[in-house]
Amino acid sequence: MVPLNWYIVLSTAVFTIGVIGFLMRRNVIIILMSIELMLNGVNINLIAFSHYLQDPRGQILTFFIITVAAAEAAIGLAIIIALFRNKATAHVDDIHEMQG
Amino acid sequence: MNFQLPDIGPVIPELVMTGLALILLTAELFIKNKKVLAFASSVGVGGVAFTLIGASGTTFGGMFISDGYSTFFKLIFFINAILSILISVKYIAIEKVNFGEYYSLILFSTLGMMIMASAADLIVLYLGLELMALSTYILAGFIRYDVRSNEAALKYLLLGAFSSAFLLYGISMVYGLTGTTDLKAIAQFITTHGLTANHSLLLSMLLIAIAFGFKIAAVPFHMWAPDVYEGAPTSITAFMSVGPKAAGFAALGRVFMIAFGSMQFEWTAILIPLSILSMAVGNIVAIAQTNIKRMLAYSSIAHAGYVLLGVIVANNEGLAGMMTYLMIYAFMNIGAFAVVIMLRTEGFKGEDIKDYEGLAKTHPLLAAIMLIFMFSLAGIPPTAGFIGKLYVFMNAIDAGYTWLVIVAVIFSVISAYFYLRIVMYMYMREPKVEVSISTSPSMNLALIVTTVAVLAIGVFPSIVVDLAKAAISGF
Repeated sequence: MVPLNWYIVLSTAVFTIGVIGFLMRRNVIIILMSIELMLNGVNINLIAFSHYLQDPRGQILTFFIITVAAAEAAIGLAIIIALFRNKATAHVDDIHEMQG
Repeated sequence: MNFQLPDIGPVIPELVMTGLALILLTAELFIKNKKVLAFASSVGVGGVAFTLIGASGTTFGGMFISDGYSTFFKLIFFINAILSILISVKYIAIEKVNFGEYYSLILFSTLGMMIMASAADLIVLYLGLELMALSTYILAGFIRYDVRSNEAALKYLLLGAFSSAFLLYGISMVYGLTGTTDLKAIAQFITTHGLTANHSLLLSMLLIAIAFGFKIAAVPFHMWAPDVYEGAPTSITAFMSVGPKAAGFAALGRVFMIAFGSMQFEWTAILIPLSILSMAVGNIVAIAQTNIKRMLAYSSIAHAGYVLLGVIVANNEGLAGMMTYLMIYAFMNIGAFAVVIMLRTEGFKGEDIKDYEGLAKTHPLLAAIMLIFMFSLAGIPPTAGFIGKLYVFMNAIDAGYTWLVIVAVIFSVISAYFYLRIVMYMYMREPKVEVSISTSPSMNLALIVTTVAVLAIGVFPSIVVDLAKAAISGF
Protein backbone atom coordinates (compact mmCIF):
# COMPACT_ATOMS: atom_id res chain seq x y z
CA MET A 1 0.00 0.00 0.00
CA VAL A 2 1.20 3.52 -0.79
CA PRO A 3 1.90 5.29 2.49
CA LEU A 4 -0.32 8.27 3.44
CA ASN A 5 2.68 10.61 3.52
CA TRP A 6 3.23 10.28 -0.22
CA TYR A 7 -0.30 11.42 -0.91
CA ILE A 8 0.09 14.39 1.39
CA VAL A 9 3.34 15.38 -0.33
CA LEU A 10 1.66 15.03 -3.74
CA SER A 11 -1.37 17.08 -2.70
CA THR A 12 0.82 19.79 -1.15
CA ALA A 13 2.89 19.92 -4.34
CA VAL A 14 -0.18 20.21 -6.58
CA PHE A 15 -1.73 22.86 -4.31
CA THR A 16 1.50 24.85 -4.22
CA ILE A 17 1.88 24.71 -8.01
CA GLY A 18 -1.68 26.06 -8.19
CA VAL A 19 -0.91 28.92 -5.78
CA ILE A 20 2.27 29.83 -7.68
CA GLY A 21 0.42 29.64 -11.00
CA PHE A 22 -2.34 31.89 -9.66
CA LEU A 23 0.17 34.49 -8.52
CA MET A 24 2.62 34.35 -11.43
CA ARG A 25 0.67 33.73 -14.62
CA ARG A 26 -1.00 36.69 -16.36
CA ASN A 27 -3.55 34.97 -18.58
CA VAL A 28 -7.00 34.74 -17.02
CA ILE A 29 -7.69 31.26 -18.44
CA ILE A 30 -4.45 29.92 -16.97
CA ILE A 31 -5.29 31.57 -13.63
CA LEU A 32 -8.62 29.71 -13.66
CA MET A 33 -6.73 26.48 -14.43
CA SER A 34 -4.41 27.17 -11.49
CA ILE A 35 -7.45 27.44 -9.21
CA GLU A 36 -8.60 24.04 -10.49
CA LEU A 37 -5.16 22.66 -9.64
CA MET A 38 -5.47 23.99 -6.10
CA LEU A 39 -8.88 22.36 -5.74
CA ASN A 40 -7.54 19.08 -7.10
CA GLY A 41 -4.73 19.20 -4.59
CA VAL A 42 -7.40 19.43 -1.90
CA ASN A 43 -9.28 16.52 -3.50
CA ILE A 44 -6.22 14.25 -3.40
CA ASN A 45 -5.74 15.14 0.25
CA LEU A 46 -9.38 14.43 1.13
CA ILE A 47 -9.56 11.10 -0.68
CA ALA A 48 -6.26 9.91 0.80
CA PHE A 49 -7.47 10.80 4.30
CA SER A 50 -10.85 9.27 3.59
CA HIS A 51 -9.27 5.98 2.53
CA TYR A 52 -6.81 5.99 5.41
CA LEU A 53 -9.50 6.76 8.01
CA GLN A 54 -12.05 4.42 6.36
CA ASP A 55 -14.61 7.23 6.59
CA PRO A 56 -16.80 8.39 3.68
CA ARG A 57 -17.03 12.08 4.62
CA GLY A 58 -13.90 13.04 2.70
CA GLN A 59 -15.18 11.48 -0.49
CA ILE A 60 -18.58 13.17 -0.07
CA LEU A 61 -16.86 16.54 0.25
CA THR A 62 -14.78 15.73 -2.84
CA PHE A 63 -17.94 15.18 -4.88
CA PHE A 64 -19.24 18.54 -3.74
CA ILE A 65 -15.93 20.24 -4.55
CA ILE A 66 -15.93 18.81 -8.09
CA THR A 67 -19.51 19.98 -8.64
CA VAL A 68 -18.91 23.46 -7.27
CA ALA A 69 -15.68 23.76 -9.26
CA ALA A 70 -17.63 23.02 -12.43
CA ALA A 71 -20.16 25.75 -11.58
CA GLU A 72 -17.34 28.13 -10.75
CA ALA A 73 -15.58 27.42 -14.06
CA ALA A 74 -18.84 28.01 -15.95
CA ILE A 75 -19.37 31.37 -14.28
CA GLY A 76 -15.71 32.28 -14.65
CA LEU A 77 -15.68 31.57 -18.37
CA ALA A 78 -18.96 33.45 -18.83
CA ILE A 79 -17.47 36.49 -17.13
CA ILE A 80 -14.32 36.22 -19.26
CA ILE A 81 -16.45 36.11 -22.43
CA ALA A 82 -18.44 39.16 -21.29
CA LEU A 83 -15.18 40.97 -20.61
CA PHE A 84 -13.67 39.84 -23.92
CA ARG A 85 -16.63 41.31 -25.82
CA ASN A 86 -16.04 44.74 -24.28
CA LYS A 87 -12.27 44.71 -24.23
CA ALA A 88 -10.64 42.08 -26.42
CA THR A 89 -8.12 40.78 -23.90
CA ALA A 90 -7.56 37.88 -21.53
CA HIS A 91 -4.46 39.38 -19.98
CA VAL A 92 -4.86 40.58 -16.39
CA ASP A 93 -2.37 43.43 -16.82
CA ASP A 94 -4.70 44.99 -19.40
CA ILE A 95 -7.67 44.81 -17.05
CA HIS A 96 -7.22 47.94 -14.97
CA GLU A 97 -10.23 50.20 -15.45
CA MET A 98 -10.24 51.14 -11.78
CA GLN A 99 -7.32 52.47 -9.84
CA GLY A 100 -6.78 54.43 -6.66
CA MET B 1 -31.95 -0.39 2.89
CA ASN B 2 -33.83 1.78 5.29
CA PHE B 3 -34.09 5.46 4.51
CA GLN B 4 -35.43 7.83 7.08
CA LEU B 5 -36.47 11.34 6.16
CA PRO B 6 -34.61 13.78 8.39
CA ASP B 7 -36.53 16.26 10.53
CA ILE B 8 -37.14 19.19 8.21
CA GLY B 9 -38.46 21.53 10.94
CA PRO B 10 -35.20 23.50 11.39
CA VAL B 11 -34.61 23.92 7.64
CA ILE B 12 -38.08 25.23 6.75
CA PRO B 13 -36.86 28.85 6.21
CA GLU B 14 -34.18 27.59 3.79
CA LEU B 15 -36.66 25.37 1.97
CA VAL B 16 -39.19 28.20 1.61
CA MET B 17 -36.44 30.51 0.40
CA THR B 18 -35.32 27.96 -2.21
CA GLY B 19 -38.92 27.55 -3.41
CA LEU B 20 -39.39 31.30 -3.59
CA ALA B 21 -36.22 31.81 -5.60
CA LEU B 22 -37.13 29.01 -8.03
CA ILE B 23 -40.69 30.28 -8.48
CA LEU B 24 -39.39 33.79 -9.22
CA LEU B 25 -36.89 32.39 -11.70
CA THR B 26 -39.72 30.65 -13.57
CA ALA B 27 -42.21 33.51 -13.24
CA GLU B 28 -39.63 35.82 -14.77
CA LEU B 29 -40.36 34.19 -18.15
CA PHE B 30 -44.00 35.24 -18.09
CA ILE B 31 -43.96 38.56 -16.26
CA LYS B 32 -43.05 41.52 -18.42
CA ASN B 33 -43.22 44.13 -15.65
CA LYS B 34 -40.14 43.47 -13.53
CA LYS B 35 -41.47 45.65 -10.69
CA VAL B 36 -43.89 42.83 -9.91
CA LEU B 37 -40.92 40.52 -9.35
CA ALA B 38 -39.26 43.06 -7.07
CA PHE B 39 -42.45 43.39 -5.06
CA ALA B 40 -42.96 39.62 -4.91
CA SER B 41 -39.39 38.94 -3.83
CA SER B 42 -39.31 41.57 -1.09
CA VAL B 43 -42.70 40.49 0.27
CA GLY B 44 -41.59 36.86 -0.09
CA VAL B 45 -38.43 37.44 1.95
CA GLY B 46 -40.61 39.09 4.59
CA GLY B 47 -42.75 35.96 4.56
CA VAL B 48 -39.71 33.71 4.96
CA ALA B 49 -38.76 35.76 8.03
CA PHE B 50 -41.98 34.56 9.70
CA THR B 51 -41.06 30.91 9.15
CA LEU B 52 -38.00 31.54 11.35
CA ILE B 53 -40.28 31.55 14.40
CA GLY B 54 -40.98 27.83 14.42
CA ALA B 55 -37.61 26.67 13.18
CA SER B 56 -35.18 25.60 15.87
CA GLY B 57 -33.12 22.54 16.62
CA THR B 58 -30.53 20.35 14.93
CA THR B 59 -31.12 18.15 11.93
CA PHE B 60 -29.42 16.18 9.12
CA GLY B 61 -27.32 14.22 11.59
CA GLY B 62 -26.08 17.34 13.38
CA MET B 63 -24.90 19.02 10.17
CA PHE B 64 -27.46 21.80 10.29
CA ILE B 65 -28.32 23.81 13.38
CA SER B 66 -30.94 26.47 13.82
CA ASP B 67 -30.44 28.41 17.06
CA GLY B 68 -30.74 31.99 18.28
CA TYR B 69 -27.35 32.88 16.84
CA SER B 70 -28.25 31.72 13.33
CA THR B 71 -31.76 33.23 13.56
CA PHE B 72 -30.37 36.66 14.42
CA PHE B 73 -27.98 36.50 11.48
CA LYS B 74 -30.78 35.37 9.16
CA LEU B 75 -32.71 38.45 10.27
CA ILE B 76 -29.74 40.60 9.18
CA PHE B 77 -29.65 38.78 5.81
CA PHE B 78 -33.38 39.34 5.28
CA ILE B 79 -33.09 43.05 6.12
CA ASN B 80 -30.14 43.23 3.73
CA ALA B 81 -32.02 41.43 0.94
CA ILE B 82 -35.24 43.46 1.28
CA LEU B 83 -33.47 46.83 1.45
CA SER B 84 -31.20 45.91 -1.47
CA ILE B 85 -34.20 44.92 -3.58
CA LEU B 86 -35.99 48.17 -2.69
CA ILE B 87 -33.07 50.35 -3.72
CA SER B 88 -32.53 48.32 -6.91
CA VAL B 89 -35.89 48.71 -8.66
CA LYS B 90 -35.33 52.09 -10.32
CA TYR B 91 -31.53 51.79 -10.40
CA ILE B 92 -31.27 48.66 -12.55
CA ALA B 93 -33.75 50.23 -14.98
CA ILE B 94 -31.48 53.29 -15.26
CA GLU B 95 -28.49 51.01 -15.83
CA LYS B 96 -30.57 49.20 -18.50
CA VAL B 97 -30.13 45.77 -16.92
CA ASN B 98 -33.72 45.33 -15.80
CA PHE B 99 -33.76 41.53 -15.90
CA GLY B 100 -35.85 39.33 -13.62
CA GLU B 101 -33.08 36.91 -12.64
CA TYR B 102 -31.50 39.75 -10.68
CA TYR B 103 -34.00 39.21 -7.87
CA SER B 104 -33.71 35.42 -7.81
CA LEU B 105 -29.92 35.72 -7.68
CA ILE B 106 -30.24 38.00 -4.63
CA LEU B 107 -32.49 35.37 -3.04
CA PHE B 108 -30.08 32.52 -3.85
CA SER B 109 -27.21 34.52 -2.40
CA THR B 110 -29.27 35.16 0.73
CA LEU B 111 -30.03 31.42 0.89
CA GLY B 112 -26.29 30.70 0.82
CA MET B 113 -25.76 33.13 3.71
CA MET B 114 -28.56 31.46 5.70
CA ILE B 115 -26.92 28.05 5.21
CA MET B 116 -23.56 29.49 6.30
CA ALA B 117 -25.04 30.92 9.49
CA SER B 118 -26.67 27.57 10.29
CA ALA B 119 -23.77 25.30 9.35
CA ALA B 120 -22.67 22.97 12.14
CA ASP B 121 -20.44 21.04 9.76
CA LEU B 122 -17.61 22.20 7.54
CA ILE B 123 -19.14 20.56 4.43
CA VAL B 124 -22.40 22.50 4.85
CA LEU B 125 -20.40 25.64 5.57
CA TYR B 126 -18.50 25.26 2.30
CA LEU B 127 -21.67 24.66 0.28
CA GLY B 128 -23.41 27.69 1.77
CA LEU B 129 -20.36 29.84 1.16
CA GLU B 130 -20.15 28.82 -2.49
CA LEU B 131 -23.86 29.33 -3.13
CA MET B 132 -23.57 32.81 -1.66
CA ALA B 133 -20.35 33.61 -3.52
CA LEU B 134 -21.32 32.24 -6.95
CA SER B 135 -24.57 34.23 -6.97
CA THR B 136 -22.72 37.36 -5.91
CA TYR B 137 -20.09 36.97 -8.67
CA ILE B 138 -22.86 37.06 -11.27
CA LEU B 139 -24.55 40.03 -9.60
CA ALA B 140 -21.25 41.96 -9.51
CA GLY B 141 -20.95 41.54 -13.28
CA PHE B 142 -24.61 42.22 -13.94
CA ILE B 143 -24.03 45.29 -16.14
CA ARG B 144 -22.75 43.15 -19.00
CA TYR B 145 -21.94 45.99 -21.40
CA ASP B 146 -19.89 47.90 -18.82
CA VAL B 147 -16.26 46.85 -18.74
CA ARG B 148 -15.88 48.05 -15.14
CA SER B 149 -18.63 45.73 -13.99
CA ASN B 150 -17.01 42.82 -15.90
CA GLU B 151 -13.70 43.60 -14.31
CA ALA B 152 -15.27 43.71 -10.84
CA ALA B 153 -16.90 40.32 -11.38
CA LEU B 154 -13.68 38.78 -12.68
CA LYS B 155 -11.60 40.06 -9.77
CA TYR B 156 -14.22 38.95 -7.28
CA LEU B 157 -14.44 35.49 -8.85
CA LEU B 158 -10.68 34.91 -9.04
CA LEU B 159 -9.96 36.04 -5.48
CA GLY B 160 -13.11 34.40 -4.12
CA ALA B 161 -12.17 31.06 -5.70
CA PHE B 162 -8.58 31.47 -4.49
CA SER B 163 -9.77 32.03 -0.93
CA SER B 164 -12.21 29.11 -1.00
CA ALA B 165 -9.35 26.85 -2.15
CA PHE B 166 -7.50 27.92 1.02
CA LEU B 167 -10.60 27.21 3.09
CA LEU B 168 -10.83 23.73 1.55
CA TYR B 169 -7.17 22.96 2.16
CA GLY B 170 -7.68 23.96 5.77
CA ILE B 171 -10.79 21.79 5.99
CA SER B 172 -8.98 18.81 4.44
CA MET B 173 -6.18 19.11 7.00
CA VAL B 174 -8.62 19.38 9.89
CA TYR B 175 -10.41 16.33 8.49
CA GLY B 176 -7.15 14.38 8.22
CA LEU B 177 -6.18 15.24 11.79
CA THR B 178 -9.52 14.72 13.51
CA GLY B 179 -11.32 12.33 11.14
CA THR B 180 -14.50 14.41 11.13
CA THR B 181 -15.95 17.64 9.74
CA ASP B 182 -18.54 18.15 12.47
CA LEU B 183 -17.68 21.28 14.46
CA LYS B 184 -18.56 19.84 17.89
CA ALA B 185 -16.79 16.54 17.16
CA ILE B 186 -13.67 18.46 16.05
CA ALA B 187 -13.66 20.39 19.33
CA GLN B 188 -14.05 17.15 21.30
CA PHE B 189 -11.25 15.42 19.38
CA ILE B 190 -8.89 18.35 19.91
CA THR B 191 -9.40 18.40 23.68
CA THR B 192 -9.35 14.63 24.23
CA HIS B 193 -6.22 14.09 22.13
CA GLY B 194 -4.44 17.23 23.32
CA LEU B 195 -3.93 18.61 19.82
CA THR B 196 -3.98 22.30 20.85
CA ALA B 197 -0.26 22.73 20.13
CA ASN B 198 -0.25 20.65 16.93
CA HIS B 199 1.50 22.55 14.15
CA SER B 200 -0.61 21.09 11.33
CA LEU B 201 -3.77 22.06 13.15
CA LEU B 202 -2.44 25.59 13.67
CA LEU B 203 -1.65 25.79 9.97
CA SER B 204 -5.12 24.61 9.00
CA MET B 205 -6.64 27.14 11.39
CA LEU B 206 -4.53 29.84 9.75
CA LEU B 207 -5.73 28.75 6.29
CA ILE B 208 -9.36 28.90 7.42
CA ALA B 209 -8.76 32.33 8.97
CA ILE B 210 -7.26 33.53 5.66
CA ALA B 211 -10.34 32.34 3.76
CA PHE B 212 -12.71 34.14 6.14
CA GLY B 213 -10.41 37.17 6.01
CA PHE B 214 -11.07 37.34 2.26
CA LYS B 215 -14.81 37.06 2.76
CA ILE B 216 -15.03 39.79 5.40
CA ALA B 217 -12.47 41.93 3.49
CA ALA B 218 -10.00 42.27 6.35
CA VAL B 219 -6.52 43.63 5.62
CA PRO B 220 -4.23 42.10 4.20
CA PHE B 221 -6.91 40.14 2.30
CA HIS B 222 -8.82 43.22 1.16
CA MET B 223 -7.18 43.93 -2.22
CA TRP B 224 -10.28 42.89 -4.16
CA ALA B 225 -12.75 45.00 -2.18
CA PRO B 226 -12.17 48.55 -3.52
CA ASP B 227 -12.16 47.49 -7.20
CA VAL B 228 -15.13 45.16 -6.83
CA TYR B 229 -17.17 47.67 -4.82
CA GLU B 230 -16.44 50.41 -7.35
CA GLY B 231 -17.17 48.40 -10.48
CA ALA B 232 -20.22 46.44 -9.35
CA PRO B 233 -23.73 47.94 -9.71
CA THR B 234 -24.21 50.24 -6.69
CA SER B 235 -27.21 48.31 -5.38
CA ILE B 236 -25.09 45.13 -5.41
CA THR B 237 -22.23 46.96 -3.72
CA ALA B 238 -24.68 47.77 -0.92
CA PHE B 239 -25.85 44.16 -0.88
CA MET B 240 -22.41 42.59 -0.73
CA SER B 241 -20.86 45.08 1.66
CA VAL B 242 -23.34 43.84 4.29
CA GLY B 243 -24.51 40.30 3.47
CA PRO B 244 -21.38 38.29 2.65
CA LYS B 245 -19.51 40.18 5.36
CA ALA B 246 -22.11 39.31 7.99
CA ALA B 247 -22.22 35.70 6.75
CA GLY B 248 -18.43 35.53 6.97
CA PHE B 249 -18.58 36.76 10.55
CA ALA B 250 -21.37 34.29 11.39
CA ALA B 251 -19.27 31.38 10.13
CA LEU B 252 -16.07 32.77 11.66
CA GLY B 253 -17.72 33.08 15.07
CA ARG B 254 -19.18 29.58 14.99
CA VAL B 255 -16.10 27.79 13.64
CA PHE B 256 -13.62 29.49 15.93
CA MET B 257 -15.78 29.54 19.06
CA ILE B 258 -16.99 25.93 18.73
CA ALA B 259 -14.52 23.89 16.69
CA PHE B 260 -11.39 25.71 17.84
CA GLY B 261 -12.78 26.77 21.23
CA SER B 262 -9.81 25.27 23.06
CA MET B 263 -7.31 27.18 20.90
CA GLN B 264 -8.59 30.64 21.74
CA PHE B 265 -5.15 31.98 22.56
CA GLU B 266 -3.82 30.99 19.14
CA TRP B 267 -6.65 32.38 17.04
CA THR B 268 -6.93 35.64 18.90
CA ALA B 269 -3.23 36.06 18.08
CA ILE B 270 -4.16 35.69 14.38
CA LEU B 271 -7.21 37.98 14.51
CA ILE B 272 -5.73 40.90 16.52
CA PRO B 273 -3.26 41.91 13.77
CA LEU B 274 -6.03 41.50 11.16
CA SER B 275 -8.26 43.82 13.17
CA ILE B 276 -5.62 46.50 13.74
CA LEU B 277 -4.46 46.42 10.09
CA SER B 278 -8.05 46.63 8.82
CA MET B 279 -8.79 49.67 10.96
CA ALA B 280 -5.50 51.33 9.99
CA VAL B 281 -5.51 50.70 6.24
CA GLY B 282 -9.28 51.10 5.83
CA ASN B 283 -9.49 54.44 7.61
CA ILE B 284 -6.26 55.98 6.34
CA VAL B 285 -6.58 55.00 2.66
CA ALA B 286 -10.23 56.12 2.61
CA ILE B 287 -9.04 59.70 3.17
CA ALA B 288 -7.36 59.75 -0.26
CA GLN B 289 -10.37 58.53 -2.26
CA THR B 290 -12.28 60.70 -4.71
CA ASN B 291 -14.92 58.12 -5.68
CA ILE B 292 -17.61 57.70 -3.03
CA LYS B 293 -18.12 53.98 -3.72
CA ARG B 294 -14.40 53.40 -3.28
CA MET B 295 -14.42 55.47 -0.10
CA LEU B 296 -17.29 53.42 1.28
CA ALA B 297 -15.36 50.26 0.30
CA TYR B 298 -12.43 51.32 2.46
CA SER B 299 -14.86 52.33 5.18
CA SER B 300 -16.35 48.83 5.05
CA ILE B 301 -12.84 47.36 5.43
CA ALA B 302 -12.36 49.53 8.52
CA HIS B 303 -15.73 48.43 9.92
CA ALA B 304 -14.64 44.79 9.52
CA GLY B 305 -11.77 45.71 11.83
CA TYR B 306 -14.15 47.04 14.50
CA VAL B 307 -16.42 44.01 14.22
CA LEU B 308 -13.43 41.67 14.57
CA LEU B 309 -12.97 43.10 18.09
CA GLY B 310 -16.21 41.34 19.00
CA VAL B 311 -14.79 37.98 17.88
CA ILE B 312 -11.42 38.61 19.54
CA VAL B 313 -13.16 39.05 22.91
CA ALA B 314 -14.17 35.37 22.46
CA ASN B 315 -17.15 35.18 24.77
CA ASN B 316 -20.90 35.43 24.39
CA GLU B 317 -20.95 39.17 25.20
CA GLY B 318 -18.39 39.80 22.48
CA LEU B 319 -20.43 37.86 19.95
CA ALA B 320 -23.58 39.77 20.98
CA GLY B 321 -21.66 43.01 20.38
CA MET B 322 -20.58 41.75 16.97
CA MET B 323 -24.18 40.83 16.05
CA THR B 324 -25.49 44.22 17.24
CA TYR B 325 -22.84 46.00 15.20
CA LEU B 326 -23.59 44.02 12.04
CA MET B 327 -27.34 44.68 12.34
CA ILE B 328 -26.71 48.42 12.75
CA TYR B 329 -24.13 48.36 9.96
CA ALA B 330 -26.73 46.83 7.62
CA PHE B 331 -29.06 49.80 8.10
CA MET B 332 -26.52 52.60 7.95
CA ASN B 333 -24.43 51.24 5.09
CA ILE B 334 -27.36 50.39 2.83
CA GLY B 335 -28.80 53.81 3.67
CA ALA B 336 -25.59 55.53 2.57
CA PHE B 337 -25.53 53.53 -0.66
CA ALA B 338 -29.20 54.39 -1.24
CA VAL B 339 -28.25 58.08 -1.27
CA VAL B 340 -25.41 57.32 -3.71
CA ILE B 341 -27.91 55.51 -5.95
CA MET B 342 -30.31 58.47 -5.86
CA LEU B 343 -27.68 60.67 -7.44
CA ARG B 344 -27.37 58.25 -10.38
CA THR B 345 -29.60 59.43 -13.19
CA GLU B 346 -29.60 58.90 -16.95
CA GLY B 347 -26.28 60.17 -18.24
CA PHE B 348 -24.95 61.19 -14.84
CA LYS B 349 -22.82 58.88 -12.68
CA GLY B 350 -22.93 60.81 -9.40
CA GLU B 351 -20.10 58.71 -7.93
CA ASP B 352 -17.56 61.49 -7.51
CA ILE B 353 -17.31 63.02 -4.06
CA LYS B 354 -17.30 66.46 -5.75
CA ASP B 355 -20.84 65.76 -7.00
CA TYR B 356 -21.97 66.19 -3.39
CA GLU B 357 -20.85 69.84 -3.27
CA GLY B 358 -23.74 72.07 -2.27
CA LEU B 359 -26.23 69.24 -2.12
CA ALA B 360 -27.80 70.86 0.95
CA LYS B 361 -28.82 73.87 -1.18
CA THR B 362 -30.35 71.91 -4.04
CA HIS B 363 -31.74 68.88 -2.17
CA PRO B 364 -31.85 69.72 1.55
CA LEU B 365 -33.76 66.63 2.65
CA LEU B 366 -31.42 64.22 0.87
CA ALA B 367 -28.40 66.03 2.31
CA ALA B 368 -29.88 65.77 5.81
CA ILE B 369 -30.40 62.03 5.37
CA MET B 370 -26.84 61.57 4.09
CA LEU B 371 -25.66 63.58 7.11
CA ILE B 372 -27.35 61.09 9.44
CA PHE B 373 -25.72 58.10 7.73
CA MET B 374 -22.29 59.73 7.68
CA PHE B 375 -22.59 60.60 11.41
CA SER B 376 -23.67 57.03 12.06
CA LEU B 377 -20.79 55.50 10.09
CA ALA B 378 -18.38 57.78 11.93
CA GLY B 379 -19.94 56.72 15.24
CA ILE B 380 -21.27 60.07 16.45
CA PRO B 381 -24.21 60.01 18.93
CA PRO B 382 -27.22 59.93 18.87
CA THR B 383 -27.01 57.64 15.86
CA ALA B 384 -26.93 53.84 15.79
CA GLY B 385 -23.30 53.67 14.70
CA PHE B 386 -22.25 55.08 18.07
CA ILE B 387 -24.19 52.37 19.91
CA GLY B 388 -22.58 49.63 17.82
CA LYS B 389 -19.08 50.88 18.52
CA LEU B 390 -19.86 51.52 22.18
CA TYR B 391 -20.96 47.93 22.84
CA VAL B 392 -18.11 46.32 20.92
CA PHE B 393 -15.53 48.53 22.66
CA MET B 394 -17.10 48.05 26.11
CA ASN B 395 -16.97 44.25 25.76
CA ALA B 396 -13.36 44.45 24.62
CA ILE B 397 -12.43 46.56 27.68
CA ASP B 398 -14.22 44.11 29.99
CA ALA B 399 -12.16 41.30 28.46
CA GLY B 400 -8.93 43.20 29.14
CA TYR B 401 -8.14 44.51 25.65
CA THR B 402 -7.96 48.16 26.74
CA TRP B 403 -4.94 48.89 24.52
CA LEU B 404 -6.75 47.50 21.50
CA VAL B 405 -9.78 49.70 22.19
CA ILE B 406 -7.52 52.75 22.44
CA VAL B 407 -6.11 51.89 19.00
CA ALA B 408 -9.63 51.43 17.65
CA VAL B 409 -10.80 54.78 19.06
CA ILE B 410 -7.82 56.57 17.50
CA PHE B 411 -8.62 55.13 14.08
CA SER B 412 -12.29 55.88 14.63
CA VAL B 413 -11.37 59.55 15.13
CA ILE B 414 -9.36 59.47 11.89
CA SER B 415 -12.41 58.02 10.12
CA ALA B 416 -14.47 61.06 11.14
CA TYR B 417 -12.33 63.11 8.76
CA PHE B 418 -13.48 61.48 5.54
CA TYR B 419 -17.08 60.94 6.64
CA LEU B 420 -17.44 64.54 7.71
CA ARG B 421 -15.72 65.72 4.55
CA ILE B 422 -18.83 64.61 2.67
CA VAL B 423 -20.96 66.58 5.14
CA MET B 424 -18.68 69.60 4.72
CA TYR B 425 -18.97 69.36 0.92
CA MET B 426 -22.75 69.14 1.14
CA TYR B 427 -23.27 72.02 3.57
CA MET B 428 -20.38 74.42 3.11
CA ARG B 429 -19.70 74.43 -0.63
CA GLU B 430 -21.59 76.00 -3.46
CA PRO B 431 -23.14 73.60 -5.99
CA LYS B 432 -20.94 73.35 -9.10
CA VAL B 433 -22.73 70.74 -11.20
CA GLU B 434 -26.43 70.41 -11.79
CA VAL B 435 -27.45 67.35 -9.75
CA SER B 436 -30.88 65.89 -10.19
CA ILE B 437 -32.06 62.92 -8.16
CA SER B 438 -34.02 59.85 -9.17
CA THR B 439 -36.79 59.00 -6.77
CA SER B 440 -39.17 56.08 -6.69
CA PRO B 441 -41.66 54.87 -4.06
CA SER B 442 -39.55 51.80 -3.17
CA MET B 443 -36.44 53.94 -2.82
CA ASN B 444 -38.27 56.38 -0.55
CA LEU B 445 -39.48 53.46 1.56
CA ALA B 446 -35.92 52.12 1.88
CA LEU B 447 -34.61 55.55 2.88
CA ILE B 448 -37.37 56.03 5.45
CA VAL B 449 -36.76 52.59 6.95
CA THR B 450 -33.00 53.00 7.18
CA THR B 451 -33.15 56.57 8.54
CA VAL B 452 -35.75 55.70 11.15
CA ALA B 453 -33.84 52.55 12.13
CA VAL B 454 -30.53 54.41 12.48
CA LEU B 455 -32.11 57.12 14.66
CA ALA B 456 -34.37 54.76 16.63
CA ILE B 457 -31.55 52.34 17.47
CA GLY B 458 -29.39 55.33 18.38
CA VAL B 459 -31.95 56.61 20.87
CA PHE B 460 -33.35 53.28 22.09
CA PRO B 461 -30.40 50.87 21.71
CA SER B 462 -32.08 48.21 23.82
CA ILE B 463 -34.22 47.18 20.79
CA VAL B 464 -31.27 45.52 19.10
CA VAL B 465 -28.94 44.95 22.04
CA ASP B 466 -31.50 42.93 24.03
CA LEU B 467 -32.43 40.95 20.93
CA ALA B 468 -28.78 40.07 20.31
CA LYS B 469 -28.25 39.12 23.97
CA ALA B 470 -31.34 36.92 23.92
CA ALA B 471 -30.24 35.34 20.65
CA ILE B 472 -26.77 34.48 21.89
CA SER B 473 -27.93 33.01 25.22
CA GLY B 474 -28.25 29.47 23.84
CA PHE B 475 -24.97 29.50 21.91
